[in-house]
Amino acid sequence: MRDVAIVGIGQTPVGEHWGASLRELAADAISAALADAGITAVDALIVGNAFGASFSSQTQLGALIADYANLGAIEAWTVEAADASGGAALRAGYMAIASGLADVVVVVGVEKSTDSIAGTRVMARNVALDADYEAVHGLTQAAQAGLVMRRYMYEYGVELGAFEGFSINAHANAKGNKNAMFQNQIKPGAFAKASMVADPVNLFDGAPDADGAAAVVLVSVDAARELGKPAVLIAGSAAATDRLTLHERENLLHLAAVAESTQKALAQAEVALDDVHVMELHDGYTILTSLALESMGYAERGQGWTLAVNAGEMLRPTGKRPISTFGGLKARGNPVGATGIYQAVEACLQLRGEGGVHQVPAANTALIQSIGGFGSTVVTHVLRFLD
Amino acid sequence: MSMNEHTSDPLADSLLMQPIRKVGIVGYGAYVPRYRLPGTEVARIWTKGLGGSPIKEKAVAGLDEDVITMSIEAARNAVARAAIDPKLIRAVWVGSESHPYAVKPTSTIVAESIGTSANILAADWEFACKAGTEAVQASIGMIGSGMNTYTLSIGMDTAQGRPGDALEYTAASGGAAFLLGPADEAVAIYQGSYSFVTDTPDFWRRSGETYPSHGDRFTGEPAYFNHTLSSARALMELVGTTAQDYTYAVFHQPNVKFPSRAAQMLGFNDEKIKHGLLAGEIGNVYSGSCMAGLTATLDVAKPGDRILMVSYGSGAGSDSFDLVVTDKIEEARHRAPSTRDYINRRTVIDYATYCRFRGKLKD
Repeated sequence: MRDVAIVGIGQTPVGEHWGASLRELAADAISAALADAGITAVDALIVGNAFGASFSSQTQLGALIADYANLGAIEAWTVEAADASGGAALRAGYMAIASGLADVVVVVGVEKSTDSIAGTRVMARNVALDADYEAVHGLTQAAQAGLVMRRYMYEYGVELGAFEGFSINAHANAKGNKNAMFQNQIKPGAFAKASMVADPVNLFDGAPDADGAAAVVLVSVDAARELGKPAVLIAGSAAATDRLTLHERENLLHLAAVAESTQKALAQAEVALDDVHVMELHDGYTILTSLALESMGYAERGQGWTLAVNAGEMLRPTGKRPISTFGGLKARGNPVGATGIYQAVEACLQLRGEGGVHQVPAANTALIQSIGGFGSTVVTHVLRFLD
Repeated sequence: MSMNEHTSDPLADSLLMQPIRKVGIVGYGAYVPRYRLPGTEVARIWTKGLGGSPIKEKAVAGLDEDVITMSIEAARNAVARAAIDPKLIRAVWVGSESHPYAVKPTSTIVAESIGTSANILAADWEFACKAGTEAVQASIGMIGSGMNTYTLSIGMDTAQGRPGDALEYTAASGGAAFLLGPADEAVAIYQGSYSFVTDTPDFWRRSGETYPSHGDRFTGEPAYFNHTLSSARALMELVGTTAQDYTYAVFHQPNVKFPSRAAQMLGFNDEKIKHGLLAGEIGNVYSGSCMAGLTATLDVAKPGDRILMVSYGSGAGSDSFDLVVTDKIEEARHRAPSTRDYINRRTVIDYATYCRFRGKLKD
């Protein structure tokens, strides 16, 4: 196996791109990433996209985007794993370079959520749930989060306000990120007053669906060294799954696939939990972040929320455990299938020392985690600056 | 599509629409049904009272009212203010998205009811909330070209709000009629007009559907604001005015927030829009929205006042009009009930009565 490096990154602003199509967003991100890498010839394009079929009535994104981005008649296809599509696409690109089957791979994550309106979008998103046992009964992703959060609060005696530090941190960190969907700040006490989406998940808790595209260029480490550009090593890459159906799980309050993929990725990278300087987690809901931190090993069970105390000050770029440094899903926005690639782009900016106001001091090792469903598909990558 | 693309058009020098002979509003009249459904009542049913309401209350047509009866009321007020023989009217046009019949004109019933002759043009217009102002544009052209002397353009709706939808708070009933004629008889004279239209699917109702669909937040920036601001800015540029030149401005008002923000972005302060901003008290009366707002503004305007009126219709387009009020306003305004009279005449109803009045209860 060859070691793999990210040598180019590109992203479009996250938001409501009513004037731009799926293919245009993807091509913008790809051309930015290729320009960053100084590369023009590509062997393969891998597209991370979750809901193109339903949101945009479009599949075969590989052929569509390779053509529109002028990449030629190269190998190109889509990876789908709900909200983990971006992370899964990155791993597919990693495998292609590591195996030696391709020398230059572009991985682009793209989603066009605003092609469909709210009610239709919730229905469309529900195909990521168990169709026979969950979606058919009216369960939604927000409702799943609500049910688990309610159970968590009951089991561990945690109040609603304990979770809001995650959202406050995300919005504080998004400030100054020109690619973030939100620049507004959330004040302590907001959860108590917010309107409910799926009780106890409220308006300030869940991440917003958005449009956007992000891309990375992957080559072998040897090729990266020849290029002579700032490069980031993919030191660890691992994916794991858990039971899709929530009620089939042995423990509702433990994300087994998060634990599994984190341990594998860290082991491959030969990195301990405390050696990670910065993380981009899948903060689609604050309960998901709490449980992920526990399942990764950063907190005891029932204690994940304690990392968000004092309005999440520990989670800021200058804090002890920086997460969502560019706003995360909550404030940068969640362009579903693109989100995992946004995480990779943001981690690269941190490791290259190009984080600006978001910069985590002396960040040398990053962990990014892409989650599909309520922890059903989890893809974790450990990244390190390539000296 | 940006304004620049339009001004670079080869027709750029002739984009301002001005008739050969000057045309004005000879008579105007509003109609607002008496029933009011408070926003708190909609919230009580659908959100346990949480989340607030975009307006205080909306006007609701009664059991025996529809776009035809309400158009007749408004038209009678317009004819009364014009103080002309209705047999002199040569066109009756009704803009609405709630014509009672899919096939059979509203306009012929209205025309006969107000006593026109049979020597008229009559038709129903549809362009979401801009159908009424489109009929005004056509009237300016017809009178301004000398084809005839008086026409009647009406914007009237009994707007459909799907139960539980965000638009149920605002979708209201009401509108206004404008009797246009020669400038020397007018209470307000058109200085010029403009229209800005693109294919923007922000709100629609397909044939056979009872309730409209809409694109949520897409109805804001790319739809209402892009068209309203583009239209208003173009007209002001073409006639060489700024917000400071106008005494009043009236905008299409799907709620209170949108027209207030559009006004602010164009440089109009609250004082200039307050008389014509009725949405908080009567809701969004769709095709009649800015037309009713203009009647309320004319009710308080003084000779020499200049008024900018900007409509918006989903789908999407915006008509802008530049008007100057004449001294004939002082006498004419007292010949019919003021718009404020209709707004003050109110009977509050509950949600159940609203369901009965608007035919929401079906098998």
